[in-house]
Amino acid sequence: MISICGVSKWYGPTRVLDDCSTEVAKGDVVVVCGPSGSGKSTLIKCVNGLEAVQRGEVIVDGVVVTAPKTDLNRLRARVGMVFQHFELFPHLSVADNLTLGQIKVLGRSRDEAIARGLKMLDRVGLAAHRDKFPAQLSGGQQQRVAIARALSMDPVCMLFDEPTSALDPEMISEVLDVMVALAEEGMTMMCVTHEMGFARRVADRVIFMDQGRIVEDCAKESFFGAPRSERAQQFLAKILQH
Amino acid sequence: MNYHWNWHIFAQQVQGGSETYADWLAAGLGWTLACALCAWLIALALGTLAGALRTTGNRVLAGAGATWVELFRNVPLLVQMFLWFFVVPELLPRELSLWVKQDMPAKEFVTATLCLGLFTSARIAEQVRAGIQALPRGQREAALALGLTTLQCYSHILLPRALRIIIAPLTSEFMNTFKNSSVAFAIGLMELTFQARQMQEDSEQGIETYLAVTLLYFLCAIIANRAMALIEARTRVPGTPG
Repeated sequence: MISICGVSKWYGPTRVLDDCSTEVAKGDVVVVCGPSGSGKSTLIKCVNGLEAVQRGEVIVDGVVVTAPKTDLNRLRARVGMVFQHFELFPHLSVADNLTLGQIKVLGRSRDEAIARGLKMLDRVGLAAHRDKFPAQLSGGQQQRVAIARALSMDPVCMLFDEPTSALDPEMISEVLDVMVALAEEGMTMMCVTHEMGFARRVADRVIFMDQGRIVEDCAKESFFGAPRSERAQQFLAKILQH
Repeated sequence: MNYHWNWHIFAQQVQGGSETYADWLAAGLGWTLACALCAWLIALALGTLAGALRTTGNRVLAGAGATWVELFRNVPLLVQMFLWFFVVPELLPRELSLWVKQDMPAKEFVTATLCLGLFTSARIAEQVRAGIQALPRGQREAALALGLTTLQCYSHILLPRALRIIIAPLTSEFMNTFKNSSVAFAIGLMELTFQARQMQEDSEQGIETYLAVTLLYFLCAIIANRAMALIEARTRVPGTPG
């Protein structure tokens, strides 16, 4: 479903991605972790073309994202994305957040978009909040609305960029519950996260990045059992000791 | 002070005419309102465009926006009035030049309104740019990730949010437009200031004349201010501090 092939990226002289290659098969859940500044977010944003790459190729569901002629808007409409800071549109109601993309990008009628959006809102347990505005919701609720917004577009895969990093501890689980349910239904997911409990529970593979490189890319059993690289061992020891 | 006060002057007929001095001021007020409101519409449209262009990240578009701003904000408004009135018509192709100079209807009004609109647009452009740059970067990414085009991203997300942020400086700018329209007297637009000078010379009651005109400008600015406050209240996003 997602194929990243020899991708490199520079900001000026700084190399932020260094020859990264990996695959995410349909229905797979891949967790990307690593220290801050290791290029995780940049890598995931290359998948829907939010970040351009200077070398290498990214292919999503048969579409070459990195080809100059690719209609990125059309591709992005099929790839859901959830951000660290939710990024709901604060001047639009929850219902309008859910329907904007469906109406403007997919060309659905307002009724159709509302029906689809409310179904997704119900799924994340927030149907009662359709007429509220983002500022009237808690962080965890906002992130669930953001997930519903992405799902309303009927994506072929979902990208999560540290979806729980900006949340209070007690709100993290309400978001993770939604993500676990999604994973169990067979959604193809690429998640940048440090929630190792989530990774243990639903991930098929874990990718560990450091200094722009994919250092480890293996099945979760072997990652948590005995990561091969010393860097990954250090990282795990640090984040799992508490 | 040896001044002969006469507050009845406004009801008196002008020398050699049937209308009263109040009629003169009323006519002047009409041109002031027409000029300021039309200039405001031009300024809002072009200023929003130029300000948005500067934030696109495209070097050519940003350069065009920057050039626009520097062109109209670095020359005094009075000089710009003279440039549009005396210089620009000379630079036009011969036929058009003749038409502008001899046959263009409401020549002073069109010139003054265009000039004031362009001058104000440069100031609005800077405010719009600041408003857009104040938004979190993730808003643009979230809009693009849904598949919205850059144009849709600006019209549905970035501009509605930026304009709410800059409504306070925009209010000052709207009030300025009424006050700055007084400069148009210099090219012969028979607006409020022009009529005041005429009344002063004709009636020799300068103090009453200018006090009345001061009051009229003051009322225009206050009404503009209240109108913007109403818009601010009506567009306030629920859940945000007002």
